[in-house]
Amino acid sequence: MINKNKNKQDFIWYSLVLVLILLPLIPQVAANSFTQHVLILILLYASMSQSWNIIGGYCGQVSFGHSVFFGIGAYGAGMAVVKFGLPPWPGIIIGALSAMVVAVLISYPCFRLKGHYFAIATFAIVEIFNRLFMVWYWVNGAIGLDYPLVEVGWKNFMWYRTKIPYYYGALLLFVIIFSTVRFIEKSYFGYYLKAVREDQETAEATGINSALVKLSAMALSAFLAAFCGAFFVQYNLRVDPPMVMSLQVSMIFVLVTILGGAGTLFGPLLGAMILIPLQEYTRVLWGGMGRGNDLMIFGLLIILIMIRQPKGIMGLVNEYINYKKSRKNVSTEANIKG
Amino acid sequence: MSMFLQVVIDGLLTGMVYALVASGLSLIWGVMDVLNFAHGEYLMSGMYVSYWLGFLMNVDPLISWIASGVFCFILGFLTYKLIIHHCIGGPSLAALLATFGLSMLLKNFALNRFSPNFRLLTGTFLDGKRVILGNIVLPMPQLVTSIFALIVVFIIYYIIKRTRFGWAIQATAMDKDAAELMGIKTERIFALVFGLGGICVGIAGGLLPSYLAVHPEVGGLFGLIAFVCVAMGGFGSIPGALLAALLIGLVESLGGFYIAPVFKYVVVFGLYLVVVMFRPKGMFGW
Repeated sequence: MINKNKNKQDFIWYSLVLVLILLPLIPQVAANSFTQHVLILILLYASMSQSWNIIGGYCGQVSFGHSVFFGIGAYGAGMAVVKFGLPPWPGIIIGALSAMVVAVLISYPCFRLKGHYFAIATFAIVEIFNRLFMVWYWVNGAIGLDYPLVEVGWKNFMWYRTKIPYYYGALLLFVIIFSTVRFIEKSYFGYYLKAVREDQETAEATGINSALVKLSAMALSAFLAAFCGAFFVQYNLRVDPPMVMSLQVSMIFVLVTILGGAGTLFGPLLGAMILIPLQEYTRVLWGGMGRGNDLMIFGLLIILIMIRQPKGIMGLVNEYINYKKSRKNVSTEANIKG
Repeated sequence: MSMFLQVVIDGLLTGMVYALVASGLSLIWGVMDVLNFAHGEYLMSGMYVSYWLGFLMNVDPLISWIASGVFCFILGFLTYKLIIHHCIGGPSLAALLATFGLSMLLKNFALNRFSPNFRLLTGTFLDGKRVILGNIVLPMPQLVTSIFALIVVFIIYYIIKRTRFGWAIQATAMDKDAAELMGIKTERIFALVFGLGGICVGIAGGLLPSYLAVHPEVGGLFGLIAFVCVAMGGFGSIPGALLAALLIGLVESLGGFYIAPVFKYVVVFGLYLVVVMFRPKGMFGW
C-alpha cells in the first residue's frame, strides 16, 4: 500500500516536472505582457511560500518574520547594483548568507516561545527591522534604492523591454526551491521536522535535537526566502523598507501557504495559482473603479476560503479524493453482498 | 525635571488607552485562543462612528462613545457568529487568517467609503481645555479619555471576576467541555466575549477622535501594540495587559523623547522581546 502511494506521488511529481518543461513555452504563446507578469508573480509567490513552508508548514513554527529575510535578500542585490555598481550576483549570495545569519541569531532566543507568543515575537522583529532600515543612512533609509539603467542581460539580470527572461529566472527559482523541499520531505530531516511539529516533547524523547532541527529549518528557509527577495528587487528595480519588510509582505508568505495547504508540497503552488490571479485580475478589473475595491473582494475571499475549508485548498482536494474513495468502497461492499 | 514628569505622564496617559484596546484582545485570546487580527480595525470603525456622529449631528465624543461601543459589540458578535464559529475546529491559524481577511475588508471598506483623508473632530466640548499643574500641562481630551479608559478596564475586570457571567467566561476559558457539562452555553459565551472585546475597543475608539485623527490605517499600529501588550502581560490576563500597556506607553514616550522619535517603536518592540526572553509566557502568564 505504501509502495503504491509512493508510485502515485512519484507520478504526480514527474507530471509536474513535465508541466514545468512545457511551461517555458507559455510566454512564447502568451504574448500579452500582463499575462506574463501574472505568471512570474505566481512562480515567485509559490517559491516564497514554499520557503516559508519549510519552517511554517513542515516544522509548525508560524513565523511572521519572513519579510525580514526577504528584505535582506532584496537589499543585498540592491546594494550591490546601486551602491557598488556591480552585477547583483555577489550581492545575492551575501544577502542570502546574511539572511541566514540573522535568522539564526533572532530565532535562537525566539524558539523558546510557543504558539501565539512566537508569532507575536516575530511581528515585533519585523517592526524593529522596518524602523531600523527606515533610518539606516547607508541603505538610503526611507528613500529606498532606485536602480540605475545598466546593460541588459543575464550578467546584470535586468531587462526593460521584455519579461520573458524574468519568467525563466522565476521558473529556475521555483524549480530549485521546490526540488529542495521535495528532497527534504523524503529525507530524515523532513521526518524530524514533522516529528517536532506534531509533538516537540515526544520528538525530543526519541532523540531528536529539536532546537537544532528548528534552527536549521529556519536558516534554510531564510536562505531561500532571501533568494526570492533578490529576484523580487531585480524584477521591480526599486526597493524601500515598507515594500519588502512589512507585515503585509510577511502575511503574503503565510497566506499563500495556508490557503494552499500548509505542510504539503503542492499547497504553496496551488495557493499562489489561485491567489495571485485573483489579486491581479481584481486589481485590474475593479482597482481603477474606486479606492480599495479589489482588496475588499480579496479580503472577503480569504474569509470565505477559511470558513469553507480551514486546511486550505489541499484540504478540499483531499476531501474530494476521500469522497471518491468512500464511494468506491461502498460500491465494492455492495458487490460482495450481492 | 518637570520635562521628565511631563513625558512620564504623557506616556501613562497613552498607556491607559492601549490598556483598554489590549484588554479586549486579551479577553478574546484568553477565552478562545484566537488572535484577532481585525482588532485594530474595530478601533478604526469605532472611531469613524464617533467621528461621523460628531461631524454630521454634532454629538460630542463624550456621548457618542456609547454608540461606538454598541456598534463594535455588534461587529464583534457578528464576527464570531459568521466567521470564527466556522473556523474554531480547524487549525489555529485558520481563525487568524480569517480575521486578517476581515481586517483587510474593513480597512478597504473605510478607504473606499471615507477616502484616505485624516479627519479630526474639532470644536468638541473638551477641545482646547487643559489642566495646568505647576509646570505640567495636561490637555483635557487626553486626560478624560485615558481616565475613562482606565475606569472601563476596571469595570471589565470586575465583570470577569465578580459576576456570574464572568465566572461563566472563566469556566469556559479553563475547560470548554466541563463548562458545557455544568450547563454553560459556551457558544453564547464565545459570541458575547467577542462582543465584549468589541465594546472595549469601541469605547476607546469612540473617545479618541477628539484628539487623534481618523484614517483607514489608524488601527494598524494600535492593533500591533495591543498584540504586544497582551503577549507581554500574559495569556488572557487583564491586569497583565494593563501593566504591560502602561509600561509600553511609558517606554514609547520616554524613548521617543530621550532617544529619537523614529526609534520609539524599536524600543517598544525591543522591550517586548526582552521581557519574553525572561518570561516566555508573559509577565502574568503561567
